[in-house]
Amino acid sequence: MGNIFLFIRRYFNFLFFLSLQVFSIYLIVQYNKYHYAVGGAYMNEVTGKVNVQYNKIDNFLQLNKSNEILRKENERLLNQLKYNFESADTSNRIVTDSIPYDTMGNKRKWLYQSAKVVSNSVTAQNNFIVISRGTKQQMRKDEGVIDPNNSVVGIVTDVSENFSVVMSMLHRDSRISVKLKKGGDAGQVLWDGKEPNRLSLIDIRKSARVVKGDTVLSSGMTPTFPYGLLVGTIDEVIPDKSTNNYIIKIKSAANFYNLQYVYAIDNLHRDEINKLLEKAKSKINN
Amino acid sequence: MSTLLKNIVRFILLILMQFYVLDKIHLHQMVTPYIYFLFILWMPFKLNRTLQMILAFALGFTLDSFRHSPGFHSAACVLIAYVRPFLINILIPQEGADANYEEPSARSMGGEMPYFVYAGLLCLLHHGWLFFLEALEFGNFWYFIVKTLLSTIISLVLIFITELLFSRKQKFKTNTI
Repeated sequence: MGNIFLFIRRYFNFLFFLSLQVFSIYLIVQYNKYHYAVGGAYMNEVTGKVNVQYNKIDNFLQLNKSNEILRKENERLLNQLKYNFESADTSNRIVTDSIPYDTMGNKRKWLYQSAKVVSNSVTAQNNFIVISRGTKQQMRKDEGVIDPNNSVVGIVTDVSENFSVVMSMLHRDSRISVKLKKGGDAGQVLWDGKEPNRLSLIDIRKSARVVKGDTVLSSGMTPTFPYGLLVGTIDEVIPDKSTNNYIIKIKSAANFYNLQYVYAIDNLHRDEINKLLEKAKSKINN
Repeated sequence: MSTLLKNIVRFILLILMQFYVLDKIHLHQMVTPYIYFLFILWMPFKLNRTLQMILAFALGFTLDSFRHSPGFHSAACVLIAYVRPFLINILIPQEGADANYEEPSARSMGGEMPYFVYAGLLCLLHHGWLFFLEALEFGNFWYFIVKTLLSTIISLVLIFITELLFSRKQKFKTNTI
């Protein structure tokens, strides 16, 4: 017994070094549970607050660009206004408001929530965006995030009181379900970790007609994004020799370098869908 | 300025510098320079080794929290904090230089060359371990080897520019009076 203590005392520094390394690697491996493991939510609040300060300066320097983006967005919204369309039949009405039911009895499914980007990275292997909107401002986990030009940016993975962490599409674990606009073939978009703004599209069979420049849209098959949001345009088509699928490189529609404001999309039907799925799963298991 | 205050200021400035300036740099999507671990390189000679590792872990963990990639930088920082005392023992030429000066620098280590080796080796270790852990997670080893070498060179250049810009006055302390 005494020898053990002697050993520990003698090699204390080395053992301490080893335990710190093991702890670090545990953090790397467990990083999905990181938030519960080491008070990550608290660190999120702290780093978020520092980011807000920095962002104030950064925003001031980019006011011109933001104006430009807002102007474009306004233009797009103005074009969607009701009075731009003349309908022959007066029984059709477009009603937009934020209560769950509109006057036609349709239940609202998607709720757009604007948020400011306070921190963003494109260089790492796993990139995250931090936005200043949290549970206090009705953000939830797994919301989809788009930029002002309606192109997909990422998915909310962690929410604290005033901030949310968005897993950007430039992340090794990011999988976005997409469809080709022409033909409607469904596939998945992921990132190979090398070049920002260049993503890979997989699971498209070789018999599909794919041409450079085709548009890739979100599929609407997952509860995260509605159908028809821009994901990117096809840049290069490589036939995969070992499988029956193409490997397609696409140019992302969102520009990850200059994100300033984003919109989070909440699916108000999500709980219902999830409940249904769980019920179906439990039936299969029994 | 007292040593404690000086190191606290250094800690904060280096983290902010790293996250808000250097992390935005990406040469050919490959090289990101790191200089925040200068805090570890510049820690006083006399600091307890356990404390050195704890401080290094805190430094790495802070940067990890900013980058939302837990563990990577903590592991690399703890490694160089552990290796640092051995390197200093080997590299300091004359007996007792570490008692006469406060912290490692070109002057206290007896010339540019030992200090260059000291910074270079720790930098290589830090980058190597960091990118190795990333490679384990993501695969693609050749890419990471090239990335390590290129990043080390760029980081070293930046470290020496920092040394030139902020020359640290090292007083010769003696207890023979």
